[in-house]
Amino acid sequence: MMIPTQVFLQPSIDWFVISPFTILLGAGVVSLLIETFAKRSMRRPLQLLLVFTSLVASLAMTAMLFGTQTLTAGDAVAIDGPGIALQAIIALVAIIGAAGLAENKVDPSGDAFAARASAIPGSSDERAFTQAGWYSTEIWTLFLFAVGGMQLFVVANDLLTMFIALEVMSLPLYLMAGMARRRRLLSQEAALKYFVLGAYSSAFFLFGAALVYGATGGINFDDIAFAIPTRPQMSTLLVTGVVLILVGMLFKVGSAPFHQWTPDVYQGAPTTLTAFMAAGVKVAAFGAMMRLVYSAFGSLIWDWRPILWAVTLITMFVGVFVALVQSDIKRMLAYSSIAHAGFIMVGLISGTNAGIISILFYLTAYAFTTLGIFLLVSLIRDASGEASGIESWRGLASKSPITALSITFLMLALAGFPLTSGFIAKFSIFASAIQAEQTPLVLLAILASAIAVVFYLRIVVLMYFRRSESDEVAVAIPSNFTIIALVVSILMTLILGVYPQPLFDLLAQSPLFIR
Amino acid sequence: MILLPLLGSLLVFAIPSALGAARIKSIAFAIFGIVFALFVTAAMQFQINATDQFQLVESYEWITAFGVSWSVGVDGLGLVMLGLVTILVPVVLLAAWRDVADDAVGKFYGLNLLLQSVVIAVFVATDLFMFYVFFELMLVPMYFLIGRYGVGDRRKAAVKFLIFSLVGGLILLAGVISLWVQSLRITEIGSFNLEFLSTLGLNIETQRWLFVAFFIAFAIKAPLVPVHSWLPDAAQSSTPAVAVLLIGILDKVGTYAMLRFLLPLFPEASAELAPVALTLATLSIFYGALMAIGSKDMKRLMAYVSISHFGFIVLGIFAFTTQGISGAMFYMFSHGLSTAALFLAVGYLMQRTGSSEISDHAGAFQITPLLAGLILFGGLSSVALPGLASFIAEFTVLLGTFARYPILAGFATLGIVVAAVYALWLYQRTMTGHPSDAVSGIKDVSGREVIALSPVIALTLVLGFVPQLAFDLLNPTSEKVMQQVSQVDPAALIDGEN
Repeated sequence: MMIPTQVFLQPSIDWFVISPFTILLGAGVVSLLIETFAKRSMRRPLQLLLVFTSLVASLAMTAMLFGTQTLTAGDAVAIDGPGIALQAIIALVAIIGAAGLAENKVDPSGDAFAARASAIPGSSDERAFTQAGWYSTEIWTLFLFAVGGMQLFVVANDLLTMFIALEVMSLPLYLMAGMARRRRLLSQEAALKYFVLGAYSSAFFLFGAALVYGATGGINFDDIAFAIPTRPQMSTLLVTGVVLILVGMLFKVGSAPFHQWTPDVYQGAPTTLTAFMAAGVKVAAFGAMMRLVYSAFGSLIWDWRPILWAVTLITMFVGVFVALVQSDIKRMLAYSSIAHAGFIMVGLISGTNAGIISILFYLTAYAFTTLGIFLLVSLIRDASGEASGIESWRGLASKSPITALSITFLMLALAGFPLTSGFIAKFSIFASAIQAEQTPLVLLAILASAIAVVFYLRIVVLMYFRRSESDEVAVAIPSNFTIIALVVSILMTLILGVYPQPLFDLLAQSPLFIR
Repeated sequence: MILLPLLGSLLVFAIPSALGAARIKSIAFAIFGIVFALFVTAAMQFQINATDQFQLVESYEWITAFGVSWSVGVDGLGLVMLGLVTILVPVVLLAAWRDVADDAVGKFYGLNLLLQSVVIAVFVATDLFMFYVFFELMLVPMYFLIGRYGVGDRRKAAVKFLIFSLVGGLILLAGVISLWVQSLRITEIGSFNLEFLSTLGLNIETQRWLFVAFFIAFAIKAPLVPVHSWLPDAAQSSTPAVAVLLIGILDKVGTYAMLRFLLPLFPEASAELAPVALTLATLSIFYGALMAIGSKDMKRLMAYVSISHFGFIVLGIFAFTTQGISGAMFYMFSHGLSTAALFLAVGYLMQRTGSSEISDHAGAFQITPLLAGLILFGGLSSVALPGLASFIAEFTVLLGTFARYPILAGFATLGIVVAAVYALWLYQRTMTGHPSDAVSGIKDVSGREVIALSPVIALTLVLGFVPQLAFDLLNPTSEKVMQQVSQVDPAALIDGEN
């Protein structure tokens, strides 16, 4: 194919509509400057101020942009209904997640991150830094870039922008996952595993993007969608490319059989980070994946649907069956998140507007519930740090009734009990899939939910019906950061379960992807 | 009416246990009293001969995205069931005055108030989604009531109860969603409104599938053989009071829902698959009765008796005669009473001896004549002795069934004979003979315990002699159900209308 010689024209950029994520990326740069120039004692307050201001500004911008539909930056960014909704969800999740990360009362020696990540675990340096009361304030720089990357990820309108956003989102998270204050070797191992597998899946994504470019002659989603029906002779190349891109995405959402990193990373990373990661990455990756399969590859639905069908099935059942036998609460929640990825994919497969709305609702509901449950996990501690072994939760209800009640409520939400957001979310996903003639898949998903109830309730049984064997495990009293984060997550789970109509109204106003 | 016990339960949960068990109890009973008063007001406003199916209707939009509304209303059946709930819960708690330790009183009464509000919501819901939400929600307080306050291997029993119910609930969920999608396809309006859904005119193929999904869920709840096995375990591991709530009230939701949802929504499939339901019902009658005879544990025995009785109820429902259906509804009420009478009276005995094994008890009559009398009353009430409400119920069901299925009815009548065996044998083994070690030295029933049972006994007798009081309420409902399934009474019965 002849590539016409072109003069490079600077694309016009509508700075206003892309402000949600540019605010955050800009704040990331400022945060780096704070890290460099501010006094050590000033860093933490300054960083927190910056993080919360920029996140609120970003959230406010998404609210102002509500209803906008436009392409900008040379069609590389598509601002549309689902995109803005996803950006808003990510901003909200990040605000609550940041509140969790800012917690510094639970651990006697500081926040959840190593005093200095570069100190060798167990060395005298490490002890010295810890005693000096240092904080790794650079996590806030990383955090801002990760959130900015997520927000770009969900509005990216060509394969390259999407790839760059993917990396901007992932790289800081790889680093942060390795920076836990306690059990540092486990944390570093998890980070390495996350990084290696993540890099591997990025390679899949890139290779797939190259094949799709080869098949369609474009990387922009509009060009791709336009070219697909015109080039039937390229279909093998195209479908191979699509499958490779999907592999890259499925890794990020944590679908089986690309899920192996999830339990290790969820367990090894600092729990407050796990809370943010489990919620935020899931929202961003599903958002981007939705745009990809609906917008660019919408006309290939008959090709990707059977593949995703099989992946969904494996994901749901691997998630619920393996979760049944976990002895660590964080690993159990990791497998539960895999199962939830499967449920969300049921909505993806329906391929309808109802499907998009139900996925957006599910992501919102799931994000808040997940944040809440992981933050609660981070409060239950013994002398060596978090007590995340399931058995150590015995008799928690008699030690702290409120914590046990909150955990029970969130577990019921994850299990999909009525009057929690989890029920409405599952209901809308299943309803959209049955409407799209996917009844067998829904029946299997319902079976998987039935199995899932067993391991969620196991926790409740342990907390309420068993006697505690030791007094070592106790619930730490957190600072206001975590309390506010928890109250918001639990209230959202309740409100979205009892009166979900306002959110459905918002989402239904502009459910279409533009390209 | 739903909200009051709910708020009450929050209140009772919130009260610190330092306030003292007695005060918490009095607050809880005050709430029960107000709820009962509300029920009486509702019953006064209820008009027996109104043309609309549902009265005292209220409806608010809830989730318009799915066409869900908060719709409540009662018909004769709903009203009778509400009566059962509002009477039985306080009675049971009065009988169980000392079942829980003082520091757990707040939670125990809170759970019971929560349960009452949820069950009330189930019985007044006229929106399928709302019904489903509360149908599932019932499990939560019940699970804790069994698992936390039960006896013996209570955790296992609670989990077994929960898993059976949840599987049923999720099958129901699949059915509910499919039905909604059908309404969207046929009318382009996705709705959960009961009356709207019953006018859809689904084809028989779809009806059959949905009927099966709904029926399985309700049969697990009721419970029918072969999905009954959770009930004996759950009953054995509960305190008698919780067992009454479970069997007397919660399980009625299964048979109630068959009448309220299954038949009107899927009339043709109901008619077509009725033989299956009838077979299961007859099996339950005999299986339950025979297992009851073989039980060594008194609570297991009573659970099996109930399985047998649920068989009668389902038999009446699927006989498709006005009399059968009215009888089944009457049975649901009277069974609540007889369960309460028998379970609570036997519970008094078990509380005194600390054992639920039949073989530990003998000759209690000599020591505690009054208690023996109560147990005899409960036993006879569950055997359906003439003059008691349960007799009328069983008789009407059998009469209604006989009109359409004479052989089946004749067969089911044999169940009454078997019933006499288990009830009288239970009495003989525990009450007569030489007193055993366990029963010697126990005290007879106290005034509180008699007062707790007296409303149940009074109602059983009143309805036994003047059943018309209830049938006046129930007959319009059963006629409506008959219309909905487009069935007419067999000719032989028209004269014999009660």
